[in-house]
Parts: sequence; C-alpha cells; structure tokens
Amino acid sequence: MNLVEDILKDAPATPPVKYTAKDFQSDQDVRWCPGCGDYSILAQVQRVMPDLNIPKHRIVFVSGIGCSSRFPYYMESYGFHSIHGRAPAIASGLKIARPDLMVWVATGDGDGLSIGGNHLIHVCRRNVDLKILLFNNEIYGLTKGQYSPTSEVGKVTKSTPYGSIDHPFNPLLVALGAEASFVARTLDRDPKHLQTIIRRAADHKGTAFIEIYQNCNVFNDGAFFKYTEKETKDDNVVFIEHGKPMVFGKERDKGVRLEGFTPTVVSLKDGKYSASDLIVHNEKDTMLSFILARMSSIPDLPRPVGVVYAVERPLYDAEVSKQIQQAIQKQGEGNLEKLLNHGETWAIK
Amino acid sequence: MNKAFKNLDEVTIRFAGDSGDGMQLTGMQFTSTTALLGNDLSTLPDFPAEIRAPAGTLFGVSGFQIHFGSTEINTPGDACDVLVAMNPAALKVNLRSLRDGGIIIANSDGFNEKNLKLAGYESNPLEDGSLSRYQLHAVAITKLTHNALDDLGLSNKLVERSKNFFALGMMYWMFTRPLEPTIKWIQDKFKKNPELVEANTRVLKAGYAFGETTEIFAVRYEVKPAPLAPGRYRSVTGNEAIAWGLIAASVKSGLDIFLGSYPITPASDILHELAKHKNFRVKTFQAEDEIAGITSAIGASYGGAIGATTTSGPGMALKAEAMGLAVMLELPLIICDVQRGGPSTGLPTKTEQADLLQALYGRNSEAPIPVIAASTPADCFLTAFEAVRIAIKYMTPVIILSDGYLANGAEPWMIPSVSSLPDIAPKFRTDPKGFQPYMRDERTLARPWAIPGTPGLEHRIGGLEKEHITGNVSYDPENHEFMVRMRQAKVDRIADDIPPALVEGDQKGDLLVVGWGGTYGAIRTAVEDKRREGKSVSHLQLKYINPFQKNVGEILYNFKCVLVPELNLGQLARVLRAKYLVPAVTLSKVQGLPFKAIEIENKIDEILGSTR
Ligand SMILES: Cc1ncc(C[n+]2csc(CCOP(=O)(O)OP(=O)(O)O)c2C)c(N)n1
Ligand code: SF4
Ligand SMILES: [Mg+2]
Repeated sequence: MNLVEDILKDAPATPPVKYTAKDFQSDQDVRWCPGCGDYSILAQVQRVMPDLNIPKHRIVFVSGIGCSSRFPYYMESYGFHSIHGRAPAIASGLKIARPDLMVWVATGDGDGLSIGGNHLIHVCRRNVDLKILLFNNEIYGLTKGQYSPTSEVGKVTKSTPYGSIDHPFNPLLVALGAEASFVARTLDRDPKHLQTIIRRAADHKGTAFIEIYQNCNVFNDGAFFKYTEKETKDDNVVFIEHGKPMVFGKERDKGVRLEGFTPTVVSLKDGKYSASDLIVHNEKDTMLSFILARMSSIPDLPRPVGVVYAVERPLYDAEVSKQIQQAIQKQGEGNLEKLLNHGETWAIK
Repeated sequence: MNKAFKNLDEVTIRFAGDSGDGMQLTGMQFTSTTALLGNDLSTLPDFPAEIRAPAGTLFGVSGFQIHFGSTEINTPGDACDVLVAMNPAALKVNLRSLRDGGIIIANSDGFNEKNLKLAGYESNPLEDGSLSRYQLHAVAITKLTHNALDDLGLSNKLVERSKNFFALGMMYWMFTRPLEPTIKWIQDKFKKNPELVEANTRVLKAGYAFGETTEIFAVRYEVKPAPLAPGRYRSVTGNEAIAWGLIAASVKSGLDIFLGSYPITPASDILHELAKHKNFRVKTFQAEDEIAGITSAIGASYGGAIGATTTSGPGMALKAEAMGLAVMLELPLIICDVQRGGPSTGLPTKTEQADLLQALYGRNSEAPIPVIAASTPADCFLTAFEAVRIAIKYMTPVIILSDGYLANGAEPWMIPSVSSLPDIAPKFRTDPKGFQPYMRDERTLARPWAIPGTPGLEHRIGGLEKEHITGNVSYDPENHEFMVRMRQAKVDRIADDIPPALVEGDQKGDLLVVGWGGTYGAIRTAVEDKRREGKSVSHLQLKYINPFQKNVGEILYNFKCVLVPELNLGQLARVLRAKYLVPAVTLSKVQGLPFKAIEIENKIDEILGSTR
C-alpha cells in the first residue's frame, strides 16, 4: 500500500447522504453571459450527479481554457482549471495515477479540437476512462469571437472579415476516427436528452466523448437553432436509439434509409417505405457509426443526435495497473537494495 | 613469447569504428571488466545521430573513450594513449584525439580502396608513412576473425559482426585484463543462440591469443587498482542514476512515481529504465508529445504521485507553459532536462550546457522554479533524490539539469546503503476543518497537498491567479503582487534547507574556478594539477543554481578572480555577475564535447600569469 491508499483507506466509497443537484453547486459565482448555453449543461450535469451514487470527493472535473472550461469552478467536487487544450493529458495522468477517481473533462471546440486536438485524439485511442464534455459553440467565446475549427466555411468573424475558408472538423468523426469507445451528440436546449446522454457517458467504461451543441448567444447566437428550436428541430434532427429505426419529422413521417452506403431521407407517408426499410440504429456497428456521423456534413439530411457509438474495450488506466500487479506477482514488491546491487558489482577493501 | 610488463598510472583508450561495428558495446565491456579490477574510471561514448549511417563514412563513426587508472579519475581523458580504429573514417575522425607517440591499432582489412575514398584519404595512411609520429600496429582483424571461425559455417555477415570482440580481446591482453567477465556476459546475452556464444567467445579468445603470440606487440601494460574508498561498487550511467534516484525517492516517501515522457535523445534511457521497474509501482506513460508528458505528470502529482517528466532542450521549450501552471498550482513535479547541443534540433547526441537560462527563466512572467544540477554520472542519483525531497517539502516543481555527457558517461559508484538515504515525509492534508487550498506552512511557505479522494476537501484550483489563502480566482492588483512575491519567497527559502557550498582547495586565494553540472571532473582535474604546481587556485562546483547556497557570495568575494568554464557562451557567469556583482570571467566551449582539463589549465595559466 502506498501513502495515498493509506490515507484514503477510510474514505467512504458511497455518498454519506443522498445527494441532490444542489449538493453539486459550488459557492463560486457563475460568470457566463446571461443566456449562455453553458448554464443548461451545468444544471443537467448537477442533476445527473446524485444518481451516480459516487461520493463528491471521488469526482474530479478537469478543464482547459475557454468559457466552457470555467465549468469546474461551479461544480462542488474536486476541480482543475488548467491551460489551453491540455485537459485530456492532465486528466489522463490523474486517472492513470488514481484509477479510483471518476474523472470528467470539460472542453470547448477550440480547446479540444484546435490547440488540444492532439491530446484529445490520443486519449480516445488509448481509451483512458474519462468522460469528455465538448461544448461546441462553433466559435471562440472567451477570446471574443474568432472562428473555431468547427465553424462553417464562409463564417464571418473578427478574424475572418471576408469569411472563413477553413474546412471545419466534424467532432464526431474526429472521435470515431480516433477510435473512441463511446461517441454521442446532444443539445444544450434539450435538458432531458442532455441528462440521458450524460448518464450514459457516466456509465460507460472507457473514454466517453460527448459533443454538446451549445449556444453562444453573444458571438454565435442561433448557430444550432435549426436543431434545437421547437419549430425546426423535429424536421432537422433524428434522435437515434439503439435497436430502433431512424424515424423523424414533426409527424414522425420521415425516415433515414441506406442506399448502398449513402443515407437518404424517405417519406413514410406515401406507402412506398415503412419503418422496416429504415436504418435500425446499432451502437456497436463501427461502419454505421461513421455513416451516421457523416450525415452532419450532408445538407439535406437530419442531424443524428444521441449515442452514435458505444463499445467496450480494455481501459488504458486499468491495463497500466494490471501490468504493475503482474510485475509485483512475478518479481515481488520492488526492493531498492536489490535494484542498486543487481548486475555486476565489486567490492573494494 | 616473453613480453615485458610496464606499469601505468592511467590510460585512455578510444574504440572507434562504423556505427554498425559495435564500438559502444566493446567499450562498455572493457569498462565493466576494468571496473571489476578496481580501477577508477570515466567514460565518454561519442556516437552519431544517425542510427545506421552509411558504412565507411566520416559522419557514421562511433567512438567510445575510457580513461582508467590506479589514481583518482575524474574525466574521460584529454588525449588518448591508444586508438583502436576499425576503418579509415574512424582513424581520420579520431586521430586528433590521440597524443603524439600514442598507439594506433588499425584493422588493416578495413582500409580498402572504397573505405579510404569514403574517408577522403588519397593514399593508405597505414602504408604511406604519414602516421610515423605514432606507434602504428596494423592488424588484419577481419581476416583473423574469419580464421577463428572457419569451421563454424557462419555467414559472412555474422563473422564480420564479431570482429569487435577480436579487438576487445587484444586490448584485454595488452592491458592485462581477464576475459571471464565478458565471456559470462556473452553467454548471458546470446543464451538463445549458442552459435553466437561460441563464435563471439572464440573471437575474443583469438584476439587475446594474438596479442600473446604476435611479434608486433612488445610490451603489455598493467594498471593497478585505484585507492577507492572501501565498499561495494557498481558502474552507473547518469541516466540510470536519475531513474534509480527517483525510485529511491519513491521508496523513501511511500509515493508512486508517475513518469510522463516523450522520447528524445539523450533523455530516453531514463524512460526506458523506469519502464522496467513496474514492481516498484512505477507508472511510465509515453505521451503523445512533451506537453502531454509534463501535463500528465502534473495530473498525477495532483492525485498524490511523484509526477516526473524527462526531456532534452527542445522538449523543455514545449513544456514551458505547463511549468508555469505547476508554479501556479504549487504542486510537486520533477522536470529533468538532459541537455544536448542546440538550438533547435542542434546536435542530438552531443553534450552542451546551454539550457541553464532556459531552466531559470524560460517561462512567461515571474515563474521561479528551483534548479539543481548533477555533476557526475553517479551524482545524478542523489540529485534526483534531492529534487524529489525539495519538490514535496516545498510543493514546487523542481528542474534537474543533466547533460548528454553525464547521461551516457559511466563511472564506478559506491552503492549507497538504503538506510543511509534520508526519509522523505509527504504531508497530505486530510482534515477538512479550517482547510484552505492556499494557506501556507509558516516555515516552508508550502501550501497543503490536498488530493482528490479526500472527503471534505473538495476544492478548485487552476492557472488563474489565486487569492491568498482561499485560492479563489482573484484579479485584485495587490493580491497579485503579493502572490508573485510569495511564490518567489517560497523558492528563496529553500536556501535555508540545503547544505552550504564547499570549496575544494583553499578558502581564499587568487583564483576561484566556478563550475556547475557535468564540468566537475574536468575542472577538478585542472585545479588539482595547478595546485600541485603551487598555483593559488580553488574550485567551487555549484549543484544548487536556484536558489544558490547562502554562502556562495561570501566564497566568491574571497578570491581575486573568478573563472567560470561552461559549455555555453557564459550563462552561469551572467547570473553570478548579476547577483553578486563579481567580474566573473567566462571560459566557453560549444563544440558538443566536454571540456578537456588542459583547456581549463591553459585558461588558469593565462589568468594567473597576468595577475602575478
Ligand atoms: C496558450 C494559449 N493560447 C491562447 C489562449 C487564448 N484563448 C483562451 S480561450 C481560447 C479559445 C476558446 O475557445 P473554445 O475552446 O471554443 O471555448 P469557448 O470560450 O468557446 O467555450 C483562446 C484562443 C490561451 N489562453 N492560451
Ligand atoms: S461568450 Fe458566449 S460562450 Fe462565452 S459565456 Fe458568453 S455566451 Fe457563453
Ligand atoms: Mg467555443
């Protein structure tokens, strides 16, 4: 047993009381702009936390820099607001050193996909047991409105007065391409759905990547309204659920069907197609996950929202611990005297 | 044949060949055997950055120098007494390190037309009389190796590969060393391949027998054991010593080591070494880049491990922002910079000391970090251990400076007893009553180490400026200045907790030679030589560079002149001048090579000549 295990051996493994959302509100003033989508994300996370049955002292939120990265200050748990883009690497080190903790990462589209893109993909590939909340507002909020790696081509911002010519990242494809074991999308303005997805991520073993469409009402207001507002949402979003056909539309009269590898929208009204002709979502289907994630880049298709992909594979942090246990079993606990005296030594008399 | 024995106090041998010729291995074997005989020694591997540079080229030459003796040995030797050259390129590159009258043993089979041309020789130096200043022995090493293995039916390639053992066997004969340690090593190393055990052993013995029977060597040499302090010894490289020092600190503190690192020459071997020792619960994480190396280590430290990151200059540059974060968070962290030639990619496999100012100041804003430097390969052990002690006690990142010369160089090391190492006692905060993340210990000014998992201590930290005591985000002007000064004061206080600087030689005099890091051996040798000549010169080697030991100023003021030899353009001298207002003179060398003692001696003569 090391010193850390020793001092923590009596710490309760379950919450001493039944928590409520309020128990996860810290004493810090929340400093996001009024109306910012970040408020809703914070509230839903605080609402889900009590259901996890994990004591506050075992939960850590790590973030980078950005409006979104202020998140840890507002959570009554352990919190670590770090430097721009590095949260996934810090969280990896923490989780590897301390697999007993539940570690969350809060990041933005700039933080996670621009300056920290390298760390993000490597965390996914390793499958470190982290829960990553990527607040995608398609803009740099904190630095007051430059375009981001998820901004659409043509976007006019302070740094792109003639329109952006950068082709944007599709965060889901980045995560899938990096072989994240859990990839989902949800919406700041759909509290129920947001809660469901947070809960799913919390329960997932391995890197869980959630892209959250988040409205920055100051620098990119309405970027996602097409997908989040009552009038337009039903016709532009398809909520995907494992084992269910991909039906959408206000009247639930449209569906997504595969023609070859190409998803197309079909009407369920004219009798030509029925639900059984549609894609039935399968979270474990790697090929399908790419097709669904791709749908976001095709203009006339609805955006898939929900868990795109969820499989289990070995956890990096657990494997590290396993190798250590195996080494101890095979060679015995390390003995410093032995280490310093191994191999060739000689005596001088 | 009866051959004369001659006693020598000290000898320097350089093995040189193609990077594929196994010269490093040959040198290391000679080193182990020599150490076993009780000689003091110091080594300098000198290899190209290319892994398998084209055979026969000048830039593909790999060398290994060993200096050993029956007296105290502090450097790998200024000039070689013996040069073993496996081909013309090896001869050409290394001839300038051979003293006049020195011995050349050349593999004449390597001196074919193609190789001569590649090395830029117009005629064969083994035959044209151009080496008459030296004792030249041309030996058909390749052919003799073939002869020894004639009946084994090995491929040409395998036979050629063992020719370095022939050269080693000759050297063992010439310097009267036993073959057994190397034979044992061969048996162990190739245990899966009995054919190679047989071949290499035979060739080694053939080389030895050749020395015995050939007419060309008239004398063999003996080098008696050195008067080393009694104890159990081993050979250790700087990189091994850093790794073991960290492990020792882990054992003595009860904390696990977490190493976040990205491979880079010449630091990678620390990662390799630590990765072996999982049964010490060492966690090594080969990160995606240097930034992830240090930030993962910060994450681990936050969780209560000894977070460490190892790198070289280019990696240090990448880690700068994260070092600032560690300063702000006030978490323990070990940053080890094994310096190499720069700037940019520079000279990856060569040594330099030009990252000193980077270590001291290479961060945005006021971000003080303690800096300590190792002076010999073995000293890397205690340096790493001391770094952990300071990091934990003062809740601060600590930078260890090593260099390529220390990293790969080896020397005999008296193995410390584990009980002689001090305990390191981390104090984790567990009591929630009255807890504030940035309250401070009165004596050390350290803040509490409050790790996640501790009930009741939930709190938030980060890179934004902290309010004194509460650690809440604060933009208050007075608070900011207070905290900037507080972080500086905390590092300054470490000066109260380190041993005073020790001068070697007289405490007062005409000249003080001040060094830091890996120049120790060369300066010590030079100063001792000059003292024997009666010169008023002393030596101060600084281990603690930030903060300096409290008596450094006083020591400096006791000498008329201060000379600072450095493998840079005068970085320590600049710091000493700024802090102590002494007119320190710089002796610079930036060639990717360590100082020779003679270079320092010449400078001492120059200065003392003019003050007399
Ligand atoms: C090393 C470094 N570079 C640049 C910045 C400036 N900076 C702060 S936040 C940010 C972008 C944040 O955008 P995003 O991650 O999308 O977060 P948001 O504010 O939109 O939530 C930038 C460029 C910084 N803090 N550090
Ligand atoms: S700038 Fe935008 S993202 Fe940042 S707090 Fe304001 S509304 Fe939210
Ligand atoms: Mg953003």
